[in-house]
This record gives sequence, structure tokens and C-alpha cells, in this order.
Amino acid sequence: MRYSAYSIFKQALSGNRLWKPAWREPEPMPHYDVIIVGGGGHGLSTAYYLAKEFGITNVAVIEKGYIGSGNVGRNTTIIRSNYMLEGNNPFYELSLQLWEGLEQDFNYNAMVSQRGVLNLFHSDGQRDAYARRGNGMRMHGVDAELLDREQVQRLAPYLNFDHARFPILGGLMQKRGGTVRHDAVAWGYARGADMRGVDIIQHCEVTGIRRENGVVTGVETTKGFIGCNKLALAAAGNTTTVGRMADLRLPIETHVLQAFVSEGLKPVIDQVITYGAGHFYISQSDKGGLVFGADIDYYSSYAQRGNLATVEHTMQEGVSLIPGLSRAKVLRAWGGVMDMSMDGSPIIDRTSIDNLYLNCGWCYGGFKATPASGFCFAHLIAKNETHHVSRFMRLDRFERGYVLDETGKGAQPNLH
Amino acid sequence: MASLITCPHCGTRPKEEFSIRGAALRRPDPAASDEVWQAYVYVRDNPKGRYQEYWHHAAGCRRWLVVERDNFSHEVFGVVDAGGAAETKSQARAGE
Ligand SMILES: Cc1cc2nc3c(=O)[nH]c(=O)nc-3n(C[C@H](O)[C@H](O)[C@H](O)COP(=O)(O)OP(=O)(O)OC[C@H]3O[C@@H](n4cnc5c(N)ncnc54)[C@H](O)[C@@H]3O)c2cc1C
Ligand SMILES: [Zn+2]
Repeated sequence: MRYSAYSIFKQALSGNRLWKPAWREPEPMPHYDVIIVGGGGHGLSTAYYLAKEFGITNVAVIEKGYIGSGNVGRNTTIIRSNYMLEGNNPFYELSLQLWEGLEQDFNYNAMVSQRGVLNLFHSDGQRDAYARRGNGMRMHGVDAELLDREQVQRLAPYLNFDHARFPILGGLMQKRGGTVRHDAVAWGYARGADMRGVDIIQHCEVTGIRRENGVVTGVETTKGFIGCNKLALAAAGNTTTVGRMADLRLPIETHVLQAFVSEGLKPVIDQVITYGAGHFYISQSDKGGLVFGADIDYYSSYAQRGNLATVEHTMQEGVSLIPGLSRAKVLRAWGGVMDMSMDGSPIIDRTSIDNLYLNCGWCYGGFKATPASGFCFAHLIAKNETHHVSRFMRLDRFERGYVLDETGKGAQPNLH
Repeated sequence: MASLITCPHCGTRPKEEFSIRGAALRRPDPAASDEVWQAYVYVRDNPKGRYQEYWHHAAGCRRWLVVERDNFSHEVFGVVDAGGAAETKSQARAGE
């Protein structure tokens, strides 16, 4: 069923009793052309684009929980393309352009809101660094504006401009950046993929990868063996665990990041704002809750819950930037486990096994990448050819010395 | 994650006093092959469960420690000084 103003009207007349589930709940078939492990944003968008753009519809997405239970439903919903490196910027810009047309494309309201992303700076050195980043973006044809203190003051008068240690000197604004309702992204892609014939199999854990003569023949799951011609991994924080089933050794360490939401407040924060003196970022959801987060917990973790010390640190940063935040009450907090890569950038590539494809290393920045990641991964799976905007995201870049280290932090996963 | 870590030198201290380096891997021989060095720098076993990490007691004795813990249940099994740990580990390797 296509969603439209007319469909809402029609359903209302019948007391909203005739809405159909947005996707089926099929039992797995014995064999598929492509199996995707992981029903997060990236797995679902890959299935959607495989079916819609590349005509491959005999596809299953296998998810051990329910779709949206992983990071796609846990992130702070920020989208942007303010990257500097040549290996990153065109990829994230493609993603932003796909976001701009996504709701029409998959006929689902994902509440894409281009409210602007503002990165604050607090020293002359930081201003230079942001000017450089902004120039790098503009050279790629991407919007970026350097704002001075007065311009920032007009946008966000409640910030702590005269902070004794970290005064606000200005900010780098990307107006086309913003937020998207994360659950709706999972649901929209799932519905779009399902409509085109993709089987979304929930509550089914992949427990083994069967190989014969050096190629993958299928996966062992809690619902039995399922065969496939091609296997694609998009398991985010569990990439190592799944990869090990095929003897992959990867440049990934799993870490937890927390997120927080306050009680609903009247509209106050119009943009996404990030604190340059720490790693704090905040926006306000359409329901009024302030959505914010800061650093990861630093130790490796597979638990989807974080440490109190990091909670305290996040609140301190928040109050340091927005003193008024001390009066708001936090309603909910949670954690998600992410695949932190050794250079802070993702991997979309083939592997040493001919029909095994890998999508991982998204760290805590993979939500904004969901459309382009799915598009490029589907391109790779369908054609066995890398899409040109993801050509720097190779698995062998580490041994070849071509790391994609946007922040220049080195091989230290907890610092990216 | 446990909020308290028992430093072998300073006793039981809040976790915030420590900074975390990551996997406690043995540094290869300087003359080791490129493959060995690339694996040391970039590849991680990243197991779910028991894990050894280098932690630095930055706001205490400033010694490097090896913290052995479970990265899912957050149980801490032991904390030893990294100097001693390196010795025990290399002996273990030699005996393998
Ligand atoms: C707190 C937090 C805040 C974040 N904020 C942002 C942000 O503001 N902007 C941004 O761009 N990014 C952000 N991110 C990062 C982003 O959420 C992730 O990079 C991205 O969601 C990862 O891709 P995914 O959606 O496919 O992952 P997931 O949704 O985690 O999908 C992976 C799926 O694989 C499944 N799986 C794993 N193992 C198996 C198995 N053996 N069998 C079957 N299924 C399996 C999991 O259950 C999971 O559903 C944030 C992350 C966190 C945790
Ligand atoms: Zn100590």
C-alpha cells in the first residue's frame, strides 16, 4: 500500500482498522541469491538498493533481534557531510543527497530535518582548523559557512559565550546537515525492501558460515541452515564475532557509546550544536526532548550499557556549554556497541573469500552514512565492482599504508 | 564496567583515575616482518569475553598496568603491573 494523504483519509473513514503491517514476517527459504547478516540501517538499506537499483530481489536480511534494535535505533540521529578528506567527503555528500530525496524515494516519513549542524570553536587554532575543513568541503562543492561569535550568538543566545577557559569564538555551519528519525529509517528501508520481495527474517541469529572449496555456501542460523550465492556482512558492533565464523581477522575493536534524552521542553535548540572544547553534541527532537551525547567509554565493551563516570562527564560537558541544561531532567539513557576501526573510517569491500562481502568500521558516525553505505555496498555485491565514492574504504588500506584517518589520531580505536 | 579498579601499587581506586590504551599486545621484535608489524598495529582479536588491556594509572602511581576483565559482564579478574605481566607473557610464549 502506498502511503499518501489520501490513504490516511481513507483509513480514517474505516476507523484505522484496515492498515496492513509494513512488512511480512516470512519463514526463511532454503536458498537466496544474497544473504545480508544484520538488520540495522546498513543491512536494510543494502537490501533496498539491491532490489530497487540493481534488480536483485531474491535476498534475505537476517537479524538476530528485531530490526532497529541495534545502533540504527540507538544513535543521536545526526546527519552531515562536513568531512575533509577526499576519501570521505564525496561519499558522505552522496549520502546527504540520498537523505534529501529519501522520503519520496521510499515513500515513508523519516522526518529528515535539515536544521543545520554547527561545530563551535574556542581558540584561534581551532578556528584555523575549521576554516580549513570548511574550505575542503567547499572545494568538493559542499556547503560550509564560517560564522563569527555574533552570528553564533544570534542563532543560540543561551550558549556559554564568556566561558573563562573555552569562550565561543564562532563556528563552522553546514546548513544542509541535520537530524533524521532513526527508527523510521530502519522501518522505511525494511518496508521498501519487503515490497520488492526481500525477506526480512527477524529473531534469527547467524551462528556459523558454511564454506566449501573456499567459497561460502550459506549460513547456519537458529532457524537452521540457509544457503546463498553471496553473503554480505553488516553486523556493526558484532562484526568481529560474525567475521570470525569465516576466519576473518579485522582492524576492529568493539566499544560502547551512550546517548541521553531529556524531558520534553519547548523549542529552544534549533540546530545540531557540537562543543569544540569537548566532544559534546546536542539537538532537540520534534517531541521536545534534548538528545545528546559525548565520548565513548574508552574500554572495549560488548555490553549495550555504559559507565556512570561517562554519564557524569557528558553532563559536565553539557552544562559547561549550556548552563541552563543543569535544570533539565534526563529521562532516558542507553548504550550501543560499535565497530571502532583503527583509522576511524569504515570498510566497504570484498574479502579474501570470493563471495563474502564486508561492510563495517562505522564507529559512531555510521547513521549519516546509511543511504550511501547501502547504495555502495549493493553496487559492490551486484557488480563485484567498487562504487567510485567508496573506493578509499578498502580493507587492505592498512597494510598498504593508505589509512583514511580524518582526525589524524593514529591506530588507536578508542580515540577516533 | 566496574567503577573501581584495584591498582597493585595504590589499592582500590575510581576508574576515572586511569586512561586506557587498548589491547595488551606484545610488541614484535624490531626486525620482525612487515606482516607481523601490520598485524600488531592494526589487527585485533576483539573477543567477546575475557580481554587484557593496558591501562595507565594516570592520576595515581603513573605505572602501566594490565587489566584483565570480561568486556561483556564487566567482571574484573585481575590487575597487574605491566612490567611483570610482559615477563610472564613472554615466558608463556617461549614455552608454547
Ligand atoms: C549512542 C550512539 C550514538 C550515535 N550517534 C550517531 C550520530 O549522531 N550520527 C551518526 O552518523 N552515527 C551515529 N552513531 C553510529 C551509528 O548508529 C552506527 O554507525 C550505525 O547505526 C551502524 O550501522 P547499522 O545501523 O547497520 O548497525 P546496527 O543497527 O547495530 O545493525 C547491526 C545489526 O546486526 C545484528 N547482528 C549482529 N550479529 C548478528 C548475528 N550473528 N546474526 C544476525 N544478526 C546479527 C544486530 O542485532 C544489529 O541489529 C551512533 C551510535 C551510537 C551507539
Ligand atoms: Zn597506581
